[in-house]
Amino acid sequence: MASVNGNGVKASPETEHPRKAFGWAARDTSGILSPFSFSRRNNRDDDVTIKILYCGICHSDLHCIKNEWTNAIYPIVPGHEIVGVVTEVGSNVHKFKVGDKVGVGCLVNSCRSCDSCKQGFENYCPRFILTYNAIDTDGTMTYGGYSDTIVVDEHFVVRIPDTMPLDKCAPLLCAGITVYSPLKYFGLNEAGKHVGVVGLGGLGHVAVKFAKAFGAKVTVVSSSPKKEKEAIENLGADAFIVSSNSKQMQAAMGTMDGIIDTVSAVHPLTPLLFLLKAQGKMIMVGAPEKPLELPAFSLIMGGKIIAGSCIGGMKDTQEMLDFAAKHNVTAEIELIGMDYVNKAMERLAKADVRYRFVIDIANTLTTA
Amino acid sequence: MMEQSKMAFGLAARDATGVLSPFSFTLRDRRDDDITLKILYCGICHTDLSTIKNEWGNARYPVVPGHEIVGVVTEVGSSVQKFKVGDNVGVGYYISSCLSCDNCKHDWENYCPKMVQTFNHSHPDGTMTYGGFSDKFVVNEHFAVRIPTNLPLDKVAPLMCAGITVYTPLKEHGLSEPGKHVGVVGLGGLGHLAVKFAKAFGAKVTVISTSISKKKEAIEKLGADSFIVSKDPEQMKASMGTMDGILDTASANHSLMPLIGLLKTRGKLIALGGMTKPVEIVMFHLMLGAKMVAGSLIGGVKGIQEMLYFAEEHNITADVEVVGMDDVNVAMERLEKGDVRYRFVIDVANTITISN
Repeated sequence: MASVNGNGVKASPETEHPRKAFGWAARDTSGILSPFSFSRRNNRDDDVTIKILYCGICHSDLHCIKNEWTNAIYPIVPGHEIVGVVTEVGSNVHKFKVGDKVGVGCLVNSCRSCDSCKQGFENYCPRFILTYNAIDTDGTMTYGGYSDTIVVDEHFVVRIPDTMPLDKCAPLLCAGITVYSPLKYFGLNEAGKHVGVVGLGGLGHVAVKFAKAFGAKVTVVSSSPKKEKEAIENLGADAFIVSSNSKQMQAAMGTMDGIIDTVSAVHPLTPLLFLLKAQGKMIMVGAPEKPLELPAFSLIMGGKIIAGSCIGGMKDTQEMLDFAAKHNVTAEIELIGMDYVNKAMERLAKADVRYRFVIDIANTLTTA
Repeated sequence: MMEQSKMAFGLAARDATGVLSPFSFTLRDRRDDDITLKILYCGICHTDLSTIKNEWGNARYPVVPGHEIVGVVTEVGSSVQKFKVGDNVGVGYYISSCLSCDNCKHDWENYCPKMVQTFNHSHPDGTMTYGGFSDKFVVNEHFAVRIPTNLPLDKVAPLMCAGITVYTPLKEHGLSEPGKHVGVVGLGGLGHLAVKFAKAFGAKVTVISTSISKKKEAIEKLGADSFIVSKDPEQMKASMGTMDGILDTASANHSLMPLIGLLKTRGKLIALGGMTKPVEIVMFHLMLGAKMVAGSLIGGVKGIQEMLYFAEEHNITADVEVVGMDDVNVAMERLEKGDVRYRFVIDVANTITISN
């Protein structure tokens, strides 16, 4: 099957690069994934080649392959929570050597020269290149981690600390940094802060763990009462309130320094804003595809803030992993084989997972 | 010390027509830490108008509005430390707070859950608060500020609300550092002061307005560096991603998304106008640029005092049209149409007449 690269030249995914690669791709808006042969570039001087061991399934993967964000360029090999082992390093590579355990997240490149890049915020570079479904600087498509290998500039590769279990670490490459970054940059990483976490899925459960590791008091705000036991006993949350329970919501009014809102469905903001103390901050990391309503008064009364945050820079991603290793923060996962991926996507659409699927790539991705 | 008359006289709205008429009322009991003012001037804020017309559904008639008060101290309680008789002082949007919560302890009385507004609210004992469209005022010394001696009093009155409302977010959100690019949406009571303060902080200022007619004045009189018309897609497009912050002073309902597009990465949109309908936010656009929307409500007492000293140092006052008490209703009608450059101020002391 031919794909059109950025220069309008038809090139087959199998032949556009010199090295054979194999993965699973979605071909159309059904989002059904199936075996896909493609190719990877040669290892350049700054590159690292990675044999992929595990890849987490992020909800963004699902949104993308079903074209819910209307930007799909099929065929799409998703996956941006990649953990693997280095098999080759370029001559300019200094950070890694063959055999190192490494990770790749949502970005494989950025301009490296704008203010955001220079300050370590590659995630806010206007010209960043996503790990999959993006057009790389050479005009070819990027393919993600539901595959056997990936070749990446060392700048966009992070080291996995030796003590971390690789499968449980994979989701940190996206979910982990996505919640770590706002906790850090909005001052919620100071001991004694009261942090609310809205939604208890892939992002939410990791947010609870990081916030607790920072020394915060954590209240989970969820729409489902049945998650309470797990939130308190397994994840370590201090309190749990059901968003539709007006008594609980009222009792918690004006008590939180910050809220990490991980919910990607449309939901009312005002009741959550009421939970904030004056000058409190609500950081949106879930990406609802429809606009949310915001009454100006909800912000003006109390001088509150609503901010958006998107993954994190490379320096922060490494810092997050080192912090996670020190504080024993890993994701709660369900490890699956490659063959199960379509079923996993169906279950993910129904939020039927505690709390992240991770594909055991090395052991189950077999060439047809 | 001889206690002065407990009666005060002012103008009140009796119903949602908002028409103001003479009204006598009793001042609250004076306490040891209170000062009494003879009111000299009071600014007319859009909030006064919205309240007396019950636009926010919270009017408790009869409402004596007015919270941009400048007056002279005529009496001080026995434990008053900050002021003496003859001092010129100002009072803004609130006259009481708990003074013990975290907000109050950190000089954010404006965010105290027990903050009592200067008008249309009730004291802890249940009695109504009456604002500055009146001749006398009793207030706890903590909530009054000194007017620096060089500033003309009529032009200072609007700083007590409009001034602090724009000064606070400029300082709180890093927009007071020289070289920042600050957008100001709306060129009314708040907007024109936002331009002046932002320029004094060393910012480059772009005014964003619905009407080209305000351009000349914005640039030549107020000192704005540039001016774009929000309905002009070309101008808006050319300004995308250029602003560190935007102060949105417009209270008419409008979409925030085009303004969010004007922000740089990590830019901040500060909503100051009391829009009555919710706005829609596309979260992606906040997330992709780490942008934020914040609200801000006036400022703390310490902030108001600091703002006044800053205003004195940089010669910042409001552009006012002084009116007499008899003209207040006409002023309200004109305010509703935005027909004022840029704040009405009532010359209370010289035009108030007590009727029997």
